Amino acid sequence: MKLNSILATDCGSTTTKAILIENIEGEYRLTVRGEAPTTVEAPFEDVTKGVLNAVMEVEELAGRKLLDGDNIMSPQKDGVGVDIYISTSSAGGGLQMMVAGAVKSMTGESAERAALSAGSIVMDVIASNDGRLPHEKIKRIRQLRPDMILLAGGTDGGTVSHVVELAEILRAANPKPRLGQNYKLPVIYAGNTKAQKQIQEVLGDIVDLDMVENIRPTLEGENLGPSRDKVHDLFMEHVMAQAPGYKKLMSWTDAPIMPTPGAVGSLIEMIAKEQDISVVGVDIGGATTDIFSVFSGKFNRTVSANLGMSYSVCNVLAEAGLDNVLRWVPLDIDRKELTNRIGNKMIRPTTVPQSLEELIIEQAIAREALRLSFEQHKAFAVALKGVQTTRTISDAFEQSGSGQSLVNMMELDLLVGSGGVLSHAPRRAQSARMMIDAFQPEGITQLAVDSIFMMPQLGVLANIDKESLSKEARKAALEVFHKDCLIRLGTCIAPVGKTKSKALILTADLTFTDGTSKTIQLREGDFIQMDAPHEPIKAKLTPAKKMDIGGGVGEIIQTEIYGGVTGLVFDGRGRPLDIPTDQGKRLELLRKWSEAVSEYPDVKAIEVSI
Amino acid sequence: MAHAYTPGLKVLHQSEVEKNRRLPIKGEVLKEQGDNVLPNDIVAKTDLPGNVQMVKVSNLLNIGPGDIHDAMIVKNGVAISKGQIIAEMAGLFGLFKSDVKSPIDGTLESVSDVTGVAVLREAPIPVEVDAYMSGSVKEIIPEEGVVIGAKAAFIQGIFGIGGESRGEIVIVSSSRDDEIKPEMITTEHEGKIIVGGSFISLEAYQKARAMKVAGVVVGGFNYFDLEALLGYTLGVAITGTESLGTSLVLTEGYGKIQMSDRTFSLLKEHENHFASINGATQIRAGVIRPEIVIPLDENQISDDIQFESQEIGIDAGSLVRIIRAPYFGKIGKVTRLPSDLEKMESETMVRVAEIEVDGEILKVPRSNLEMLETN
Repeated sequence: MKLNSILATDCGSTTTKAILIENIEGEYRLTVRGEAPTTVEAPFEDVTKGVLNAVMEVEELAGRKLLDGDNIMSPQKDGVGVDIYISTSSAGGGLQMMVAGAVKSMTGESAERAALSAGSIVMDVIASNDGRLPHEKIKRIRQLRPDMILLAGGTDGGTVSHVVELAEILRAANPKPRLGQNYKLPVIYAGNTKAQKQIQEVLGDIVDLDMVENIRPTLEGENLGPSRDKVHDLFMEHVMAQAPGYKKLMSWTDAPIMPTPGAVGSLIEMIAKEQDISVVGVDIGGATTDIFSVFSGKFNRTVSANLGMSYSVCNVLAEAGLDNVLRWVPLDIDRKELTNRIGNKMIRPTTVPQSLEELIIEQAIAREALRLSFEQHKAFAVALKGVQTTRTISDAFEQSGSGQSLVNMMELDLLVGSGGVLSHAPRRAQSARMMIDAFQPEGITQLAVDSIFMMPQLGVLANIDKESLSKEARKAALEVFHKDCLIRLGTCIAPVGKTKSKALILTADLTFTDGTSKTIQLREGDFIQMDAPHEPIKAKLTPAKKMDIGGGVGEIIQTEIYGGVTGLVFDGRGRPLDIPTDQGKRLELLRKWSEAVSEYPDVKAIEVSI
Repeated sequence: MAHAYTPGLKVLHQSEVEKNRRLPIKGEVLKEQGDNVLPNDIVAKTDLPGNVQMVKVSNLLNIGPGDIHDAMIVKNGVAISKGQIIAEMAGLFGLFKSDVKSPIDGTLESVSDVTGVAVLREAPIPVEVDAYMSGSVKEIIPEEGVVIGAKAAFIQGIFGIGGESRGEIVIVSSSRDDEIKPEMITTEHEGKIIVGGSFISLEAYQKARAMKVAGVVVGGFNYFDLEALLGYTLGVAITGTESLGTSLVLTEGYGKIQMSDRTFSLLKEHENHFASINGATQIRAGVIRPEIVIPLDENQISDDIQFESQEIGIDAGSLVRIIRAPYFGKIGKVTRLPSDLEKMESETMVRVAEIEVDGEILKVPRSNLEMLETN
């Protein structure tokens, strides 16, 4: 079925964002967006009010009628109304879950992965071997008040007693749901199928218990799908149904409301699959930083709950350390004064940097928040632990165990950034620098930012199940993603390997679509930016003897690369990036890198401050 | 007329203050609608289920989990005392008996023949909720608590720690620019709420704690000194449960910042009056700001003042505080709200407000302003 128009909203904790997608001459394009404050909390306590306000703004900007009183008109008829209305939500703190598993690094981790990929925040992982005594676990569960619990444990036919013990702990704690006192807490059991009867006996009368297939039926395999789907169902049936106005909102939508990060994750997974590429997506918000990745076809998501740019900005400072933040600041700043300033940003989170100095500090903190979140992601996005592998004598020298990180920066094809500090940086070069410095991509990596963060809406659009709509909705989501959602920054080219200072590490022969050509010679320590549009550029990349640009050490690569608003960035600074501790040398280098990409407007001002 | 939404902190001479006083779980409400209450009056109480101990009986007796019921000599739901034998197993020929003693006073809650564990629960923990401030019961929340209402002077701070406290207000610094120094705090201030100007150092605050001062209300404190008080680096501004003895309410922020004139004058006006303060902060969905509530006597209530200030935006003429560098802490009057976006020094494009501060006009992003809500 051809769709003429699609209206999609994302109800965030502070803002509700609406977008209108229209079919213009056979092509799906984003035409209008509107936003309004979210109205989940007092005095309104009805999420639909904020949705209607955001849609009204869309109506005004689009110059056509979408609402009939408090109803979204559907389907579109004579230019009035829309064919589909869908929504995501992270209002009211999103979906907060607790998970439990028999062994922390095995079923515990699988349960955590399922909960995260469904779009939830994992408040704690309780496991038989987590080092806490039973009464400590009980105390913790009582404090938490999650929206939902996912209980796993044991492979099929494996341990029964451990998982029943966890259920007994849950029973003793008798956890209460976060929202509302008048319903039972939803608990999903996704453990050893042999223990289902006992679990029912222990928990059946005190919680709302659902049984799904085992999340870890064997040591070698995970089965996250059934648990993830059940989390989505229960999110709708129980959690959202408790939030003010959601029953009404659910009756309006043509597909189930998805938790915002769940929708983003599914879109990223789809893009990676469609183009057969490795992708990392990051959303850095005020309170949390979400990272999504697809490497070797495996999807992972992590939420760094307290690494954000406003509400939790002091936690970035605490976790990274002041020195690590200051190493990115090309200014001499009083340390105590700086901590008070950052503290004031935490208690007044909605402020924006007015002075250049404030902007530089904020972007330095962002680099550290991104770096720490990505470290957490790399530690979590690993191959299954506990898997038995057959080793030959040749493996004996390579002591790789199970549970190695799936994240391989040399394999990464596309890095997408979103969130205020990346999407709204005054200069796109600043976003590119923050992403390159924090993630340190290797080889050839495309960089992009989601300009207005419409990935949530596109994610839910791509996930419509209704058979008559799903194919066309998916097509629309992909078309808008490629044409309107991403701002292509360009490509980072970073050779990796050991070499001497100032030695030639890469020669890049580039041929542009207009037939012109250019050669770049990159030396160790160089940081070079070159303007280039988002068009295919033929590139022959010749690394020096001990250097690797993606094809192996010393191997030449012939490929197509793309520029963008910040063009091509040749990064010869090495991996891991080493910043001198000597103040003078550090400031000189920072200034040089900054000038290379025209990062800040008034470099002279920075020089004066130094 | 241009208008902009800017969240503000309240500094109200007179307001209708309402406080929900709720139990964490359902319980008994002890007051009735219309009752007059004092801050220390208990308005609701309940019993929290006691802590749980899980005893691995089967392991201790060296039996299979399935045999646990045979070994238990206490029935579910029965009261037990510490040291009492709850399970035993006769050894070979009735000799070498082994037993399991209760580690707590409480009740036996359940026994599992799958895991061989006995669940023991300690005695319930009584929980009481007091009225927090003087006033009357406006509403009963059945089985949960009450809503207390009072006409009061009401001041919101920006950050606080230490939770609820109460006492008489004493102004210790001579002006809103002055710091509270350690030597200003004496034994006379025990149980009082001391008010200062721009700053309190860690040393002076520790002196206040030592003198058992009930609370400190001041312009600023150093962020990096919080760690010494809390024992951890405060990463997210969610506070109020710290056991410090002396609650701390900052009216302006971190650093040395003079207390706003209106806040200082209002507190001075109420010197020697009894106030309830809450050093609790939550800067997320469901914002909680620290507060100072000074219930008013009949003779202090004026009919001329509007109780509820429903303003939610700034207009030309509004009094605002600038809350970010380079003009952090300055207070001025809005003269104009241009509608077009303007480029700041940072190149950020924002909607600005023009503010008159000490005769000078400053352009400031609207999101860097805080409205001073006053009456």
